[in-house]
Amino acid sequence: MELGFYLSGLVAVLATVGLISGSSPVHAVVYLIVSLIAVALVFFALGAPFAGALEIIVYAGAIMVLFVFVVMMLNLRPEAKRDPLWQRPGYWLGPSLLALVLLVALVALIGDGQAGMTIDGELITARDIGLTLFGPWLIVVELAAILLLAALVTASHVGRRNKPRGNRNRGGTR
Amino acid sequence: MSWWTPQLAATLWAMFQALVILLAVVVVGAALTVVERRLLGLWQDRYGPNRVGPFGTLQLIADMLKIFFKEDWTPPFASRALFMLAPNLAFASLLLSFVIIPITPGWGVADMHIGLLFFLALAGINVYAVLIGGWASGNKYALLGALRASAQTLSYEVFMGLSLMGVVAMAGSFNLRDIVAAQEGLWFVIPQFLGFVTFLIAGIAVTHRHPFDQPEAEQELADGYHVEYSGMKFGMFFIGEYVGMVLVSALIVTLFFGGWQGPWLPPIVWFALKTSFFLMLFILLRASLPRPRYDRVMSFGWRVCLPLTLVNLLATGAVLLLTGS
Repeated sequence: MELGFYLSGLVAVLATVGLISGSSPVHAVVYLIVSLIAVALVFFALGAPFAGALEIIVYAGAIMVLFVFVVMMLNLRPEAKRDPLWQRPGYWLGPSLLALVLLVALVALIGDGQAGMTIDGELITARDIGLTLFGPWLIVVELAAILLLAALVTASHVGRRNKPRGNRNRGGTR
Repeated sequence: MSWWTPQLAATLWAMFQALVILLAVVVVGAALTVVERRLLGLWQDRYGPNRVGPFGTLQLIADMLKIFFKEDWTPPFASRALFMLAPNLAFASLLLSFVIIPITPGWGVADMHIGLLFFLALAGINVYAVLIGGWASGNKYALLGALRASAQTLSYEVFMGLSLMGVVAMAGSFNLRDIVAAQEGLWFVIPQFLGFVTFLIAGIAVTHRHPFDQPEAEQELADGYHVEYSGMKFGMFFIGEYVGMVLVSALIVTLFFGGWQGPWLPPIVWFALKTSFFLMLFILLRASLPRPRYDRVMSFGWRVCLPLTLVNLLATGAVLLLTGS
């Protein structure tokens, strides 16, 4: 269990480095997919296969497909002559300092918590998740549903066709 | 014989089962390529491949020899690494899904409690095979095929998941063994008829079979996403499609038709019989239906199938709540 956790964590980190260091947009998106699958495997190793499967279905299987779709539609080619911005210190010094502060806080928090917590492979089943979500956290679930509905309405408003009404012979099939 | 523990024996037996199931699926998938062509010939009043061996039974071996020894050509304008990755993804993602299918009470690879979700996750990953293969080929037809495939598969996967949730709600589990056990008295095809119909349609669309094979329409796209592939790489796409057919048929049998259950005959025979029935249905659909226009396929998915699955899920939930089971 622990070996799987560390291995998939390593893959996730390496894939994310590959994502931000490459020059080809499609390769970057493929690295991001690998990174998401690795994070899903981290969930599996932690004993939460339901969350892991949902991570693959929703993020890798649906959202990233749209990313790949858009990158392919735009037909972006690798920019060989592009000035590598990330090699100039001015571009990464500030964000790195902020991230370092977060890292210190994270390490301090982990060190402060209960020591000796290990991955014990206790399974969290779909039933547990459902009972928790629709029991104590019901309000949060409903609020998230309202937020998603608002996003849906907004998206369909933004994406509507700006044509005169009389001209819409078969609108909305796409 | 101190090393021979019951645990080791169980491990070896599980590995043996997994190997047998893997081989059986690949062999059935490969054999289907010939069976399909013979049956199409029969239904379309022509001979089909009948030259190699008695009644064309050795055609499969001839095809395999041809695919193995063809030049494996990578176009110079292709993106090499991704071009190599795509056929492996296409083949492996669908083959891996067989892990969750219980063949008989004693046979099956893994007994996962997230069973169905595992299948949905791998079906989601299967999209990338087509998408990446089409893009990496560096060919306009392949790219167009890949774009069509991704849009179609994404739309149909949305309600594929929803169409299965009625079954999950009735069985109370994602585990396929529990789902088969819950069909002891009544096959789920009767209470979940809408779920069955929509899953059948979604299954055909996700494996890009006729009449949902717009991604590889010969007349418009010159074969779509795998136009640049040859030799073994094409073979993996090709067999992968048939493995997908076997997978969807086996899933339909497990989820809606009681899996291995049936009177008199042994479980394995029932499972094989039911699965081959749906394989024949797949081939018959290809033989009889023309290919609809692409935008019709998309609007059918979103406007007919998605509302149907939602209504089915709502009704199932209401009935389960009222009866209190």
